[in-house]
Order: sequence, then C-alpha cells, then structure tokens
Amino acid sequence: MPGARILLHPVAKPLVFVASLLPLAWLLAGAFADRLGANPAEYLIRATGDWTLRFLCLVLAVTPLRVVSGSPALARFRRMLGLMVYFYATLHALSYIGFDMGFEWGDVLRDIGKRPFILVGSVAFVFLTLLAATSFNRAIRSLGAARWQALHKLVYLVAVLAILHFFWMRAGKNDFAEVSVYGAILCVLLGWRLARFFRKKLQ
Amino acid sequence: MLIKSSNTGFIHPVSSDITPQAIYEQRREWLRVMAGGVAGAALAGWAGRDALAQASAAVARPGKLAALPGGRSNFPGAVTMEKLTDYKDASTYNNFYEFGTDKSDPARNAHTLKVSPWMVEVEGAVRKPGKYALEDLLKISAMEERIYRLRCVEGWSMVIPWVGYSLSELIKRVEPLGNARFVEFVTLADPKTMPFVGSRVLDWPYVEGLRMDEAMNPLTLLAFGMYGEVLPNQNGAPVRLVVPWKYGFKSAKSLVKIRFTEKEPATAWNKAAAQEYGFYSNVNPNVDHPRWSQATERRIGEDGLFAKKRKTLMFNGYEAQVGQMYAGMDLKKNY
Repeated sequence: MPGARILLHPVAKPLVFVASLLPLAWLLAGAFADRLGANPAEYLIRATGDWTLRFLCLVLAVTPLRVVSGSPALARFRRMLGLMVYFYATLHALSYIGFDMGFEWGDVLRDIGKRPFILVGSVAFVFLTLLAATSFNRAIRSLGAARWQALHKLVYLVAVLAILHFFWMRAGKNDFAEVSVYGAILCVLLGWRLARFFRKKLQ
Repeated sequence: MLIKSSNTGFIHPVSSDITPQAIYEQRREWLRVMAGGVAGAALAGWAGRDALAQASAAVARPGKLAALPGGRSNFPGAVTMEKLTDYKDASTYNNFYEFGTDKSDPARNAHTLKVSPWMVEVEGAVRKPGKYALEDLLKISAMEERIYRLRCVEGWSMVIPWVGYSLSELIKRVEPLGNARFVEFVTLADPKTMPFVGSRVLDWPYVEGLRMDEAMNPLTLLAFGMYGEVLPNQNGAPVRLVVPWKYGFKSAKSLVKIRFTEKEPATAWNKAAAQEYGFYSNVNPNVDHPRWSQATERRIGEDGLFAKKRKTLMFNGYEAQVGQMYAGMDLKKNY
C-alpha cells in the first residue's frame, strides 16, 4: 500500500502533532492581535470547545478508517489524537473557569449544580481525564490489555456526553444546525462500531 | 461571621466618614458653579462629570452613516456617565436572529434590509390609528441623546448612546383608549431581505410587548439612531425600541407595527421558552435564568479577559426610575 509509506514515515507523527497545535496558535495570535471580536472570552471558550469536538471526531474516525481502508499504520496516530482531545478539552475547561467564572471555585461548583449542560461537560471532562491518565504504556501494561480496553470504551460515552453538552448549550436558542453536523458525524462513527459489533456476534 | 470586611454586607460607616449635611448641600451648588465655567475647564471636568456630560451630549460620530444629532436629555437616568462601548463592538456584536443566530451574522447579512420607504402601523385600542411614514415619526418629538446601559440576557452588557425620543410622545399622540393595557411591538419579517426568517428558531415575526405604564415611562425610548447617526441595519434600523431596565431582547428592532391591546401580548421568546423568558424580563441579579446566573455580567470591550465580571444591578441600575412600577409584585414569579 502506497499510503502506508507516508503513514509510517518518521516525520508523519511530528507533523500531525504540529498540525494539531495550529488551532491553538491561531487562537493565541487572534487573542494577542485583538482579532477575536467584541467578546474574546466567549470566543475562546467556544472555539476551544469546537476544537475538542473536532479532535473527538478525528480520533473516533481512526479505527473505522483503518479497517475500511485496510491501513493498520493509522493506529499510530490514535493515542496522540486522543491526547489532543484532552488537551483542547483542558483549554476549554480552563477558559470557562478562568474567563467566565474568574477562577472562583465556589462559583464553578454552583454553576455545575445550576446548569445541566455544564454538569454534562464536567462529567465528560472527568472521564477524559481518566483516559488521558491511563494513556501511557506502563498504565496499559499494569491494567492489562482487556481491562484497559474496557476502560477506554468510555470514549464512546464521552462522545455522547459531549454532543449532549453542545446540544443543551445551543437549545437556548433553538439553534441546532452545527449540533446536528457533529451529531451526524458521531452517529456514523459510533454506528459503524455498533454494526461491526453485531455483525461479529451473528457470525 | 467573626471576621468582618467591607464585603460582609451592611456595615455602618464610622461617623467621621459621614459628610456633614451642610457640606453635602453645598456640593450641588458647587458642582453647578464649576460646570458653569466659573472655575477652570479642567477643574470643571473633574468636578462636574455629571453636569458636564449632560451639557455636551454630543458623542463623537463614527462617520459611517447619516448624521442624526440628539439634544440633551435632562431627566434622571437618561444619561449614564459610564464609558461608551466602541461603535465597532456595538455594531458587530448583535443578536438579530432574522439575519442569523451568530452574533457576527447581523453585521454581515443585514445590508439587504431595505429601510426606505418605511411605515409603522399604529392599531388596536387607540383613537387615532394609522400608518406613519418614517419621516413623520422622526418629526413627532425632538431627538434626544440617551446614554443607556444595555444588559443582554446572555450575560454581557454595553453602554450605548441612542438617539430618539420617549415612546410616550408617540403614545400620547395616538390617544390610547381606556381598555389599552398593553402595547405590542411587531417587527419586520421579510423572508426576501432577512435570510433567517423562516428558520425554526423563533415564531416570526418577532413580537415584543410592554405594559402600558412601562411603555409610558420616559426611559422607554423609540430610537432612530445611535452614536449621533442613524441606526445601522444590524442594530434595528430604521426605528426600534430601547427599554434599558429590561434584558436586551425586549427592545424590539425594525418596528413595523405598534398595537394597543387589552391582553398581554404573546412575545417571541416567551412563546419559544416560557420558563426561561418571562413577559417582564426585567434585569434582576437575584432571579437567575434557569440555565445560568444573572448575578454578573461582562462589559463588552472593557473588562479584560482575566477581569472578574461586574455585578449586575437591579433593573440594570434604573431602580430609582422604574422600581415603583413593580411595587408589590413577586419578581421571582413575574420574571
């Protein structure tokens, strides 16, 4: 396979790493140049959330793409993309806690209690933290492959919570155009796994 | 609470902190003299910010649209002393769903709005119903500059110099009948010029409403301009409502109909989510939106990224002017 050579190339991984950080660079440049509009805080909170969702879609696309296109080398990028989800999720959470709540932890806790969509987002973030914390090789070894895999199935739940978080946030304005785009992508990616699961069972 | 600080709540000042009555009374006289120009201009500027701002109502024009100057407004609450929001922010960060739900959409899309010719129809329980051309509306009363705080239900705020006159001037002219208890404001819903009319976000046209006494309050403004110029399309050209003590969505834009009714009008956001947006929707830091706190707000263009949000004021700081209208009402129920 010709694609495999590119995927296995030594600079492929660093390249994906740098490309994944471009959105952050773009946001930082925008913030310093005052290009983020009238409400930069809101812009940063939303943009980091958008990028979390995009990387979540990307990382969940790795396995289907790998199987469908028959290029096992794609698996090399899965952990890095997964950690990028966590990276942007952390920026998203920090933006919210810092810009929206002014690092007042009491206010954050009250807000989690008050706003269901914040609660859902927080739960998703806790799960993502679990996944990120068990992402390195030693953790995989000490957990054992089976248990590790079972734990990391949590990412499906994270995807559902993330889209619910986004849906609920937009529900205030009855504005579901973007939500349905991400929702459709995640449906396809999770649906493909479900279909594969049942096909295997039937066999 | 053992440890007391100035944040603890109501604490009596020490007696030496209290200004003697005689000096307090002199202060007004002193301010008047200073602002009148007896003292040096610099000193007057320092001493009489209040008086000074009223004397020189004119705000620097951005030079984008036709001029619409307004004379000074002299009643309490008409002119806040706070720093004005940049014209650029006020004209590019808008909620005007007929042109898209993103706050940058209206500035991008509203150029299609056709503001001339423009008619506003007055109907319902009035002695003198009729259609008013914009030109006639402009002549009903002298234009005044009103500098109001604008608090959006989403938790941000601006300070905007509007140009217009009290809605009460128009209402007096059309002579409401005894059974007119509410005023309904219907805004333009033209799918040809407004690309998002027809989206399922809200019921179109966008409708707002006020109780008669609210509509008659001198603060309630029929606005034709801002920053000394006619309204930009995205801000509700050519004529809109501005109700500074209520959340921004109550201030309906691009009005085409003003209807006097006996029954409370069914307003757009109330129809869309009654438990979230009440008919009154007065700015109230003590009554949270079901999904977020209303206790604080971010002042656009002023509070830095890391600044703490400022406290939201009861009735957006217009309690002295409007509080009595709601005396005895449970504002938690009538949110």
